[in-house]
Amino acid sequence: MQVPAHFEYAKARTVEDALALLGKFGPDARVVAGGHSLIPMMKLRLAAPEALVDINDLSELSYIRVEGGELRIGALTTHADLLASPIAGEHYPIFHDAERVIADPIVRTRGTVGGSLCQADPSEDLSAAFAAVRATMVIVGSGGSRTVSAREFHVGPYETVVGPGELLTEVRVPIQPGGGSAYEKLERRVGDWPVAAAGAAVWLDSGVVSEVGIGLTAVGAAHFVAAEAEDHLRGGAPTEEAFAAAGRIAAAYCNPVADQRGPADYKRHLAGELTTRALRRAAARARGQEAA
Amino acid sequence: MPSITVTVNGQEYASEVEARLLLVHYLRDQLGLTGTHWGCDTSNCGTCVVWLDGVPVKSCTVFAVMADGHSVDTVEGLERNGELDPVQQGFVECHGLQCGFCTPGMLMTARWLLNHNPDPSEQEIREAISGQSCRCTGYENIVRSVRWAAEHGAKDTAGPESGLEAEEVPA
Repeated sequence: MQVPAHFEYAKARTVEDALALLGKFGPDARVVAGGHSLIPMMKLRLAAPEALVDINDLSELSYIRVEGGELRIGALTTHADLLASPIAGEHYPIFHDAERVIADPIVRTRGTVGGSLCQADPSEDLSAAFAAVRATMVIVGSGGSRTVSAREFHVGPYETVVGPGELLTEVRVPIQPGGGSAYEKLERRVGDWPVAAAGAAVWLDSGVVSEVGIGLTAVGAAHFVAAEAEDHLRGGAPTEEAFAAAGRIAAAYCNPVADQRGPADYKRHLAGELTTRALRRAAARARGQEAA
Repeated sequence: MPSITVTVNGQEYASEVEARLLLVHYLRDQLGLTGTHWGCDTSNCGTCVVWLDGVPVKSCTVFAVMADGHSVDTVEGLERNGELDPVQQGFVECHGLQCGFCTPGMLMTARWLLNHNPDPSEQEIREAISGQSCRCTGYENIVRSVRWAAEHGAKDTAGPESGLEAEEVPA
């Protein structure tokens, strides 16, 4: 039987209450939402927080809406909610692509968007997806709120810029015309972590790639981003050759490690191939050639 | 120890629990509801699936304290007035189990699926149970059992008394 270490527990009733509880418990407290990453780690004693602040009752943090020209996703939104959301799929099909292959349907009913991002597992899909679409994270603390780019949110494996006493409350994704997005993942079986995955968002204007975002999962890409491949594509034609070259660049700059899911060179190959496929599909969607 | 009040299959229970007690162990060891099975302990196998506020969850990955003030439905709540739920009857009719270890989780997921999609395709059934492992049947008979339930009155069954019978799928 896997038994976590002892911890103190408190349910937060409001965001302010959550912040007060985090302040009271100190830096060794953790926020728990769905708990589907944190609790397994606690069971294995890979994590042993002194206290858990449960935010599951903060229903005001569970929403998906368009506001101010942005898709706004509350941190407590579950994976199942994001997968079922027509407005998320309409503006950013990358989220439906990714959510279809995140964990399994039962885990998706409980696990949350904010929890996944804050867990910051290097193999977690949404970090790359939100990096690809250049999302902004809203973090609140006792001194007010601040926003951080998705590309500056993660500072390392299992580490984010969310400080002790702070709470991620929302993710914002700017909605811009002419875009398409997609996510491609290879997993050994349903519910497993990816061997590798890539997400892409492409904006086309007058036959040129006006902006592009590429996120990489589980292959050791800095901040989950393939910045060099983006630079190669930006301002050029959205051709098959350009997407293949971007894949080669993404593969060259990532830094996968060998584990039970495959050797490093295989993962590097996948990073390239999946980047090319994601770009191809994102561009087809941007042209209206492929339904989400 | 934290005090919790949880409504399980429509009945309210007040308990003292360690914060680290998992919901599956609370149900089995403290309430004696051993119908919910404890399997892989890693949120992979799905035999521990119960409903929390009407939504299926893996109870090995939820602390019992998190259910404080909420409702839980277990496989024991499927039977109503001495009659098996159609999904249970389907597993009888179609040999949906051999060893039976995965069955409670399969039943709870199947019941939830049929509440939301009364006429699921084989593919939809397979996807719904894709987070649950059966090492005996090869899934064929489980799929047939759920189809049997769909064809034999599953639409007319309310499900567990305390459960959300047809809560909306989120927008």
